[in-house]
Amino acid sequence: MVRYLLRRLGFAVLLVFVVASASLVLTRLAPGDFATEAFGLGANPRTVARARARYGLDEPILTQYGLWLAHAARLDFGTSLLYGRPVAQLIPQRAANTALLALAALLLATLVGLPLGVVSGSRPGPLATAIRLVSLLLLSMPPLVTSLLFVFVAARTGWFPIGGMSSLDVSGFGLVRDVLWHLTLPAVALALPVAAMFERLQSQAMAEALTQPFVLAARARGVPPGRLIWRDALRVAIRPCASVYGLVVGTLLSGSFIVEIVTAWPGLGRLMYDALRARDVYLVTGCAAAGALFLAAGSVISDLALAAADPRVRAQ
Amino acid sequence: MGVVLLGAVAAPWLAPHAADDQHPDLLFAPPTWPHIRDAGGHWHAPFIYPLRLVSRLEQRYAPDRQVRVPLVWFTRGRLVMSADDRRAPLLLLGADSFGRDEFSRLLYGARLSLGVAAVAALGALLVGAVVGGIAGSAGGATEELLMRGAEFLLVLPAIYVILALRAVMPLVLPASTVFALLAGILALVGSPFIAQGVRAIVAAERRREYYAAAVACGAGRARLLFRHLLPSTRGFLLVQLTVLTPAFVLAEATLSYVGMGFPGPAPSWGSMLRDAANVSAIADFPWVLAPAAAIFLVVLGLNLILQGSGVDPAAAFHAGSPVRDAGPTADLR
Repeated sequence: MVRYLLRRLGFAVLLVFVVASASLVLTRLAPGDFATEAFGLGANPRTVARARARYGLDEPILTQYGLWLAHAARLDFGTSLLYGRPVAQLIPQRAANTALLALAALLLATLVGLPLGVVSGSRPGPLATAIRLVSLLLLSMPPLVTSLLFVFVAARTGWFPIGGMSSLDVSGFGLVRDVLWHLTLPAVALALPVAAMFERLQSQAMAEALTQPFVLAARARGVPPGRLIWRDALRVAIRPCASVYGLVVGTLLSGSFIVEIVTAWPGLGRLMYDALRARDVYLVTGCAAAGALFLAAGSVISDLALAAADPRVRAQ
Repeated sequence: MGVVLLGAVAAPWLAPHAADDQHPDLLFAPPTWPHIRDAGGHWHAPFIYPLRLVSRLEQRYAPDRQVRVPLVWFTRGRLVMSADDRRAPLLLLGADSFGRDEFSRLLYGARLSLGVAAVAALGALLVGAVVGGIAGSAGGATEELLMRGAEFLLVLPAIYVILALRAVMPLVLPASTVFALLAGILALVGSPFIAQGVRAIVAAERRREYYAAAVACGAGRARLLFRHLLPSTRGFLLVQLTVLTPAFVLAEATLSYVGMGFPGPAPSWGSMLRDAANVSAIADFPWVLAPAAAIFLVVLGLNLILQGSGVDPAAAFHAGSPVRDAGPTADLR
């Protein structure tokens, strides 16, 4: 178990390192840099050159990379050129917001998708067909479309706020409720296609698990069908969903990007986008590293989920 | 899907207006539906009611039911237009913030969005097939290296990779360059997924007798790969084409929505959504969300095609390569 965790940790470190390095190099290679983007096209070249020297952007790539590495080893990720504040200050708040959104969506998707999948897989009939149709529809509604639709509904009906993370005049415990209220639409928009995917996978896995001999044997022994489905068959059938959990984190991160932009949720995606546009090297690298950290954490969680679901994995 | 494709291909003929035609008096006008019965209950050839401005402040219009403007067919190189195009244009899906006809822009946008997606999907198939084929047939260190690389790329969230690659290029580009650039980036990002599947199939086919026979006949590496191994991936590639295209339509829409895709006037579905993106516009003039419906229909159509040909869209969608068996009892069998 310890060896496994160490291996995962090594993978996480490697992932973060490679992603951060790649993003730093890519941003440096991009035409234009922060100085040219900030001052615009008709700027005085001397002004631009002075700004570049001040930010340390006129060093060759390797030097800048080496400097960044040296600082990062001391957990100093540089100062954002765009916002003027240390990167290590800007990122955690935004990353936490994105994590909140992604986790809420994951929770929703699991709570809705898995049970519906179990129901539709174990009980063929009109209900199962209806669930399958709805799933197909939801699978085809990407977060972009869903979030735009929700913003429309929110603007027309006023039941939910149309964006942002919290209202201005709330604090204390009311803030928690307020954030939850703002969280609803983005999280649902993000969760719907994932829930549909869970439902489809779970439904097939359930149907297949129910054809196994042990199910017949259990039924012959008199195990009531409810317990049979929800405890015994489910343990076997949950494997495909648990194994796909890691990939789902990647999908959620992807989807959260567009949902954050449409609903103005102040998350990592928006920050990275602004940083990329402004060619803010340090901020881009920091955001990429944070994103990679999420991915690594997500894949660890998914492995743990799989290990919890399947004892054969634990025995390895 | 056939309808959408027809619309895309025949856009200059089907669309009542060119993509850039502006009607400055009709900003955010609601749709003008054709009628065949007028207010008095009499039947006529299809016609529309012209829109009269009710409130410039709120940009509200009301149809003027006293006047009938008939529709003319097969004139000026277009299927159907309004007889009085300057003052009472045919706006089947309303007008956007510049007074441009949504429906026409939707049709022209289909060319851009679907075009980029289709070209990118074919590119991804090409690159992925070659890389996967080389990996599968070479074996050993090459295969290991290529597949590790592909796995690593697959772990990263696609939209961030696409965004990063796009941001590395100059931010302001003309539409035709954007088309080629987007197609290239999407093909690159989509290829590792294809490469993995192709490699698995090729590695399995290498063990078959016909391969050994071909080697014994003295076939060279290239001929072995292209003539014997890759054709067995045809089925897989066709399915992946149907999986990748909607994903790429979505990626293009996302990029254009945030401003990194097609530039302003170009009517791709994503840039149309960007123009519509301010909230009060969506609330009061919901027809500007038509491109979102179009995207939904395209994705739904392709998913239905997938479903009909026996592949489960959910499994194919999630990089559970159809070659790998993710069934719950796979190990028990």
